[in-house]
Amino acid sequence: MKAFLILEDGNVFTGTAIGARREVISEIVFNTSMTGYLEVLTDPSYAGQAVVMTYPLIGNYGVCYADMESADAWPDAYIVRELARLPQNFRSENTLEAFLKERDIPGIAGVDTRALTKILREKGTMNGMVTTNEAYELEEILPRLKEYRVTGVVDRVTCQEKKLCRPEDAKVTDESYKPQYLLHEMLPQAGRNQMAAGNKGGQERLTGCRVALMDFGAKANIADSLMRRGCEVTVYPAFTPAEEVLAGNPDGIMLSNGPGDPAECVSIIEELKKLFVSGVPMFGICLGHQLLALANGAETEKMKYGHRGANHPVKDLDTGKVYISTQNHGYMVVDGSIPEEIGKTSFINVNDGTVEGIRYAKRPVFTVQFHPEACAGPQDTSYLFEEFIGMMAKKKQTE
Amino acid sequence: MPKIKDIKKVLVIGSGPIVIGQAAEFDYAGTQACRSLKEEGVCVVLVNSNPATIMTDKDIADMVYIEPLNVDVVRQIIRKEKPDSILPTLGGQAALNIAMELEESGFLAEHHVRLIGTTSLTIKKAEDRLEFKTTMEKIGEPVAPSTVVERVEDAVAFAGEIGYPVVIRPAYTLGGSGGGIAHSREELEDICANGLRLSRVGQCLIERCIAGWKEIEYEVMRDANGTCITVCNMENLDPVGVHTGDSIVVAPSQTLSDKEYQMLRSSALNIITELNITGGCNVQFALHPETFEYCVIEVNPRVSRSSALASKATGYPIAKVAAKIALGYHLDEIKNAITGKTYASFEPALDYVVVKIPRLPFDKFISAKRTLTTQMKATGEVMSICTSFEGALMKAIRSLEQHVDSLIVDYYDGMSDEEIKEHLEVVDDRRIYAIAEAIRRGFSYEMIHEITKIDIWFIDKLAVLVETEQRIRKEPMNAELLAEAKRLEFPDRVIAGLCGKTEREIYLLRKEYGIQAAFKMVDTCAAEFAASTPYYYSCFGSRNEVEETSGRKKIMVLGSGPIRIGQGIEFDYCSVHSVWSLSEAGYETIIINNNPETVSTDFDIADKLYFEPLTPEDVRNIVELEKPDGAVVQFGGQTAIKLTQSLIDMGVQILGTSGENVDAAEDRELFDQILEDCCIPRPAGRTVFTAEEAVEAARELGYPVLVRPSYVLGGQGMRIAVSDEDVREFIGIINQIAQEHPILVDKYLMGKEMEVDAVCDGEEILIPGIMEHVERAGIHSGDSISVYPAAVSPKIRAVIEDYTRKLARSLHVIGLINIQFILYEDEVYVIEVNPRSSRTVPYISKVTGIPIVALASRVILGEKICDMGYAPGIQPDASHYAIKMPVFSFEKLRGAEISLGPEMKSTGECLGIADTFHEALYKAFLGAGVDLPKHRKMILTVKDSDKLEAVEIGRRFQALGYEIYATRNTARYLTEHGVEAIPVNKLEQESPNIMDLILEHEIDLVVDTPSQGSSKSKDGFLIRRVSIETGVNCLTSLDTASALLTSLENSGKDKLTMVDIARL
Repeated sequence: MKAFLILEDGNVFTGTAIGARREVISEIVFNTSMTGYLEVLTDPSYAGQAVVMTYPLIGNYGVCYADMESADAWPDAYIVRELARLPQNFRSENTLEAFLKERDIPGIAGVDTRALTKILREKGTMNGMVTTNEAYELEEILPRLKEYRVTGVVDRVTCQEKKLCRPEDAKVTDESYKPQYLLHEMLPQAGRNQMAAGNKGGQERLTGCRVALMDFGAKANIADSLMRRGCEVTVYPAFTPAEEVLAGNPDGIMLSNGPGDPAECVSIIEELKKLFVSGVPMFGICLGHQLLALANGAETEKMKYGHRGANHPVKDLDTGKVYISTQNHGYMVVDGSIPEEIGKTSFINVNDGTVEGIRYAKRPVFTVQFHPEACAGPQDTSYLFEEFIGMMAKKKQTE
Repeated sequence: MPKIKDIKKVLVIGSGPIVIGQAAEFDYAGTQACRSLKEEGVCVVLVNSNPATIMTDKDIADMVYIEPLNVDVVRQIIRKEKPDSILPTLGGQAALNIAMELEESGFLAEHHVRLIGTTSLTIKKAEDRLEFKTTMEKIGEPVAPSTVVERVEDAVAFAGEIGYPVVIRPAYTLGGSGGGIAHSREELEDICANGLRLSRVGQCLIERCIAGWKEIEYEVMRDANGTCITVCNMENLDPVGVHTGDSIVVAPSQTLSDKEYQMLRSSALNIITELNITGGCNVQFALHPETFEYCVIEVNPRVSRSSALASKATGYPIAKVAAKIALGYHLDEIKNAITGKTYASFEPALDYVVVKIPRLPFDKFISAKRTLTTQMKATGEVMSICTSFEGALMKAIRSLEQHVDSLIVDYYDGMSDEEIKEHLEVVDDRRIYAIAEAIRRGFSYEMIHEITKIDIWFIDKLAVLVETEQRIRKEPMNAELLAEAKRLEFPDRVIAGLCGKTEREIYLLRKEYGIQAAFKMVDTCAAEFAASTPYYYSCFGSRNEVEETSGRKKIMVLGSGPIRIGQGIEFDYCSVHSVWSLSEAGYETIIINNNPETVSTDFDIADKLYFEPLTPEDVRNIVELEKPDGAVVQFGGQTAIKLTQSLIDMGVQILGTSGENVDAAEDRELFDQILEDCCIPRPAGRTVFTAEEAVEAARELGYPVLVRPSYVLGGQGMRIAVSDEDVREFIGIINQIAQEHPILVDKYLMGKEMEVDAVCDGEEILIPGIMEHVERAGIHSGDSISVYPAAVSPKIRAVIEDYTRKLARSLHVIGLINIQFILYEDEVYVIEVNPRSSRTVPYISKVTGIPIVALASRVILGEKICDMGYAPGIQPDASHYAIKMPVFSFEKLRGAEISLGPEMKSTGECLGIADTFHEALYKAFLGAGVDLPKHRKMILTVKDSDKLEAVEIGRRFQALGYEIYATRNTARYLTEHGVEAIPVNKLEQESPNIMDLILEHEIDLVVDTPSQGSSKSKDGFLIRRVSIETGVNCLTSLDTASALLTSLENSGKDKLTMVDIARL
């Protein structure tokens, strides 16, 4: 069946319908990752958006359910050049086509995704419609596209109840899988050895740290990264009052990623202000980073077309070392908008110089715009979880 | 950190002559790196023995030494030039080894030279088997368990520990001979015993067999600050067991989930960090297809063939960045040259699929074993880019220029299913065609996978192509089907053949349906950032994004495709120089080529680069878009010449020598007429079409005769026949290859061969110099030792100049012409004329200092020789001698016949340049790796007609202290003529025979002249093969032996002098 992608600017791409046969309007964004389509589809940060994959062959290794980054798939629609007809991987349990149907996500294949990406790059992120209606009328559709706004997405993606996760609950990708946390010189050799030894359950090195994870749309690997390192994680719904979180007496607070415009999350920002002054070590990722910056007086703004992919270089301003990171954001913290005495830029994006991380003064608090939990993408910055655990351990020792 | 201040003068070591496994990729890398260094104001001293390369041009480095690559020579150059640093990571294994030896001997420290780009510790950790293993174990990276044994019992015990199957690799046998995979104790005992016997050091490596696992590679960069990035990863379609250089490779990986991708990526970063590499590195992994288990197969701490491929596949200039890192820059300080905005500290995102297919030389070596193993056999490769895997594969197949332009080959016609199954089991270059045939016959994917271990994803992709073939055959041709066929890159010709239409009809149908190729940019970032680098590939069903770049007149230069024997790196040299000259003259240049190893496909050579197959249809797509003002075909070898007529049909003006005149040189009757008109003699010859006509012609001319197809390069299919049987056999072989052109039978004259390359402006000619071949006629000019200047009398010189002028004028040559002559009984005959660039162009340009490609390009644009500052005619001889020595890769090709003849067999060349003939000759042999003597023992066996000459050869070797062994006949003859020779038993006689003698590893040299014609003895063949495979030098021509003697007789008398060709 034919399908159409109609852009706000009047551009129309014709292709074949994939997944669910629903008509949707959404914000169209592109992602340049060459692997990890399932992780992208199940990343709650994509709620309210339709995702274009720039890599042309999608679905090659099928669907390995263990790789899902949340319980469901979130994008409004999925746009690819070619969807694999016969996926192949020893862990594959389904085809991506069937998965899209199963999760009721409409999509379109056969699109010149490069031409589409160039439009989005040049004109900026815009809204669009995916439809199978051949009799579409542009005059009727375009005004609706222009009007469309994504709102209230954090509500949609956060968990409903708090949940306790123990280290032994950490997801096992596969019996034979050994994640690589050995990379960084930052880790002392002993730590490396421990890491090498302790994937499954990680009992050998229980740090006993208890982390409160604020779920703004958290990817599963954030909690898993902490659990694999021996932490006990309590996941809280996004709108949990600060008092309730602090009452749990956590050793650290983790602010997750999530979808949408950070400035819209007014009440969450208010709670974060209280968490910030509590003195509990905090680590924020992506939306969590933006929200904490807003709580500290910074400004955020929408980017022309955002950063979405697994190849974004970020530079640690302390060491000058560059790491390749996974990113997924359409908003950013405005450079210089946070007062120096409160927080300093710790990471910048090498490509465009934008703020990629803030280290807060006088408090054991740091946040990053990128995704150290990877999935999909490089594991280069997973050491930041170690750093967070180090902060918590230090805090515990001094208490 | 910015550039290290005290790096001012850097010595770059090249990789030497092109051999299988170490080829043009190092010219590409070296050239890019040298330019990158010069850009930073560093003075570059280059040493590389290979004159055919662009890197050895005087405008690439400041000082250029085309000298033999060995430790002594490099020492001398260091003493002379006093560089402060050495960059050893650009010249492959050859350069690394030299640097290691210099470092370990303390020479570098003594002369205050440092290694940049890597340290000797790094090299050692990566290259030394044991150190590598220890290092990997330290950081928890798995390697396949292995051990070195000297006794069969130890091998059996080890295999008992790690389990069968095991791989046996004898140490120090070239070409991997004697190795294999053992599935049982019996097999192991058998293979290991043989391996130990063949190994010069009596050792074998026994290793866990991981054949059948996925083979994945990562290209990694790291700077001194510890920042690491991966440029890309690549997946081999052929599982572990086939050398990656012989595998079909796809980038990025297709069947890995993000978990596997990142696991291996992290491992690669882990390894480069632990090895403390600053620069580029290649890590090869074997990944179990059904678990996350993996092993590190190999790490190359330098640029490599894979890094050249990765550079072209992504647009990320690895060599350039590696050179900057060596100077101290950090990755985030180096601009991404493609976008001009972002930095080198990122990872390219691809929005297309890249497929590489190796170019294997089995068309040249009919007797060679086609089986692909861990010993690389390919001489070159093609790469293609498309938005689908199927499309990229189809484009790569036709880029190979092997008379196949789809998965359809008639080879399997009439075979039974059982035979197809047997073919699937054979791992050779035809495997994908066998799989396609199996799919056509309805074999299940599982069965094909079970036999080949190729991932089902790839098998299904081949099936998509087979299904589409069948749809085109059966279904009515409509817009939808045609669009789908084109999306999958079926050429019009193939579609036409399948649906019973003509190519033209399909073309017109496409026009009618509006189905046309679009061009997309390779931009390193999947369109995330605007890029300015015009590096394009085509695909169907997409929007075109090529933009007009200038209002200048456009000239298209056609490249030479994959490197193969007979059409090597020399043609890339010519294409690149032509592009440079045309640019300089103010034209917009467009290059089309498909070879990822070459300089011409670097994105900053021409104004626009189209990475495309060189077929008429693919070129037409570009022509229709670009509407070039002209095309240059004379620099791209036969590949470009073959496109001449198609270009004319498309309305493209051929610049320089016209198409008709290229034809005239190939068309025997036309050419005979021209020779006759010019009163130039040539050996008598006939044009024939059938074997019987050939026999008749041969008898009339009198044996021996030369038999060859017209329109080929490198003497392909050319043989010397001494009898009717020979003629019939050769015609049979020639006809195996589709032969649209007639066959030539010529009288064979055994005289002295000479050659010139000349520039002609339509009237006047310029000949930089005459080259003379050491071997008498009958050995292909590319395989002969070539001497400049030729020792000829003024009279002969004048004749050559006169003939060249006459021929160039009659053929209306505008540009380059190459002519080969034979001097026979004081008469000059013309044996071959090619109105285009030739293999000797780079060599003669460098040794005479006359840039003939640039001059030819200017002539093509309308300039006259007189106006360019040259007096017409032959230029005065230089005061030095320059000798070009062919280099072969026989040890890599099991079963290949090594004896030289009219068909070219060498893969590369090196140069010896010096003030005296003897020193030049000595250097040339040294550069080719002939470094005698060690044991002063040799074997001399010659055919009957050579016996008389052999006496003199034997006498001279004896005078040098050699002990001569010979088979009984030759020995008796030699002894009778006063040369002491020790008789040895022939192969079929009882031990100790000649084979045992070679296997004792005490023989320095084998001189074996095979009888001509098809009656070649099996004995001689075996002796030559065993010599090559055990690393013994083997010569098959007495002329070569005599030259070697001359070199030996005069060696060691004086210290070698180092010649900087930039200052000739």
